Amino acid sequence: MSMTMTQKILAAHAGLDKVEAGQLILVDLDRVLGNDITSPVAIREFERIGAKDVFDKDKVTMVMDHFAPNKDIKAAAQCKMCRDFCNEHEVTHFYDVGRMGIEHALLPEKGLVVPGDVVIGADSHTCTYGALGAFSTGVGSTDMACGMATGKAWFKVPSAVKFVLKGKLNKYVSGKDVILHIIGKIGVDGALYKSMEFVGEGVSSLTVYDRLTISNMAIEAGAKNGIFEVDEQTEAYIKERSDRTYTAYKADEDAAYDAVYEIDLSEVKSTVAFPHLPENTKTFDEIGDVKIDQVVIGSCTNGHYKDLAEAAEIFKGKKVAKHVRAIVIPATQDIYLKAMENGLLKIFIEAGCVVSTPTCGPCLGGYMGILAAGERAVATTNRNFVGRMGHVDSEVYLASPAVAAASAIAGKIADPMEVMK
Amino acid sequence: MIFSGKSIKYGDNVDTDVIIPARYLNTIDKKELASHCMEDIDKEFTKKVEAGDIMVAGYNFGCGSSREHAPIAIKESGISLVIARSFARIFYRNSINIGLAILECPEAVDGILDGDKVEADLDNGIIYNRTTGKSFQTQPFPEFIQKIIQNGGLVASIQKGDVK
Repeated sequence: MSMTMTQKILAAHAGLDKVEAGQLILVDLDRVLGNDITSPVAIREFERIGAKDVFDKDKVTMVMDHFAPNKDIKAAAQCKMCRDFCNEHEVTHFYDVGRMGIEHALLPEKGLVVPGDVVIGADSHTCTYGALGAFSTGVGSTDMACGMATGKAWFKVPSAVKFVLKGKLNKYVSGKDVILHIIGKIGVDGALYKSMEFVGEGVSSLTVYDRLTISNMAIEAGAKNGIFEVDEQTEAYIKERSDRTYTAYKADEDAAYDAVYEIDLSEVKSTVAFPHLPENTKTFDEIGDVKIDQVVIGSCTNGHYKDLAEAAEIFKGKKVAKHVRAIVIPATQDIYLKAMENGLLKIFIEAGCVVSTPTCGPCLGGYMGILAAGERAVATTNRNFVGRMGHVDSEVYLASPAVAAASAIAGKIADPMEVMK
Repeated sequence: MIFSGKSIKYGDNVDTDVIIPARYLNTIDKKELASHCMEDIDKEFTKKVEAGDIMVAGYNFGCGSSREHAPIAIKESGISLVIARSFARIFYRNSINIGLAILECPEAVDGILDGDKVEADLDNGIIYNRTTGKSFQTQPFPEFIQKIIQNGGLVASIQKGDVK
């Protein structure tokens, strides 16, 4: 029986030679992750289980990113609960204000995930690390609690959908456009319960950061995980950050897939997801005049240095439209520092953007850029559900950093090609 | 396990942001979460829901965030069972883990209107619409999952020694 990439990783962590789709297995975890809104529920459950200690203090990770720096007294109490827990259990990888970043940008940056790992996180965008050839998936707080106590989780082995990438992206088109294009094609439940596996010669033309963006939004197609084949770029990225030995898995030649899609990257255009689902995608030939009030550039999806650099290229020497509030959020402290050293922050501020400390903040309607009734935002974030960024009568349009920057300048949803003409 | 109550019906892709908006995730208090349940999709929900009521919805119920606060809010509001055409995977897993009964049954979703009196036999996977007299068969959960739901969730089951 042949296996997909995902199935091989799961089999290895279950101590089995073979697994097949639908099989229930118990796997060993390389990392268990939580944030400041999901960890408190997990801590409550951990204590109910009666567990004395975490299974491995180096493998449990908590990142204070959603409502941190604390947005209010209740958020402060939740962060304190996490901090106290991590102190008590001597958790090595506890990331608080000053060292934290948005979790799914921070963990790869710190070298905490390597190819072939199995990672669960009480955050749906945990699927991001598939970009590095790991199996990673979002779970709830109870699974996190059991994972922290035992170092194990049960899974139903998923079947998979294969995406064969070829060609190269055009100027101003990035990983965000690729994943929005795919979700527009297969729908928000197009890969429900399944793996999305990305292979083909086109993979090597994508930077690791484009891949992180693509894997990050696999959940937006309902997928369990979204995984890339490991190549030289992945290896170089990991080598800079971790000295752990790892295994790069490839699917068997004759592995079974529920569907196979060929994506020619050179044909992918700048894509925008209209309210209120990520599958409502349009390209600029279908987008008229859509006036906007706010732009957010950041999040676990698009808060990497590469994303900020793409936005800065467009903002340089230009001004944000008078009626637009543009908010730039570097995803980690290291990204923030690099953006400062390389003059990106100066470009943003001179253009009229505000630059924030790392936080998930506005992406989930937490704080730092909430929308009023009737307002519209173009955001490089991952969800545009009803009320996601504020009032139920506000609207979020998902786009790449280049489109978001161009839109901030134009004051309406705009094609970077037009703004840079 | 038998559940019965009136149906409260919604459409496709009901996401966790409308089930419990993120602005309320600064608490883990179950009652407080329940007091905001479905607020962004149905402001009347908390007024009309009664203990035992059954939520009925379309495809991909519970898509989006992994927040366990979503099934917790639904369960704490008094809903005994959610019937949907399909569930998003993290929500599906979270529901079982916290002991919220769920069933996938597209036929029942077609055959139940908002406000209908519904009864469901979880052990055998049978759903009855007592208003129309129709019944629907779906795949029941394996016994160990039923036990987790009956015990009130995975942690309660571990405490009782039903899951090792």
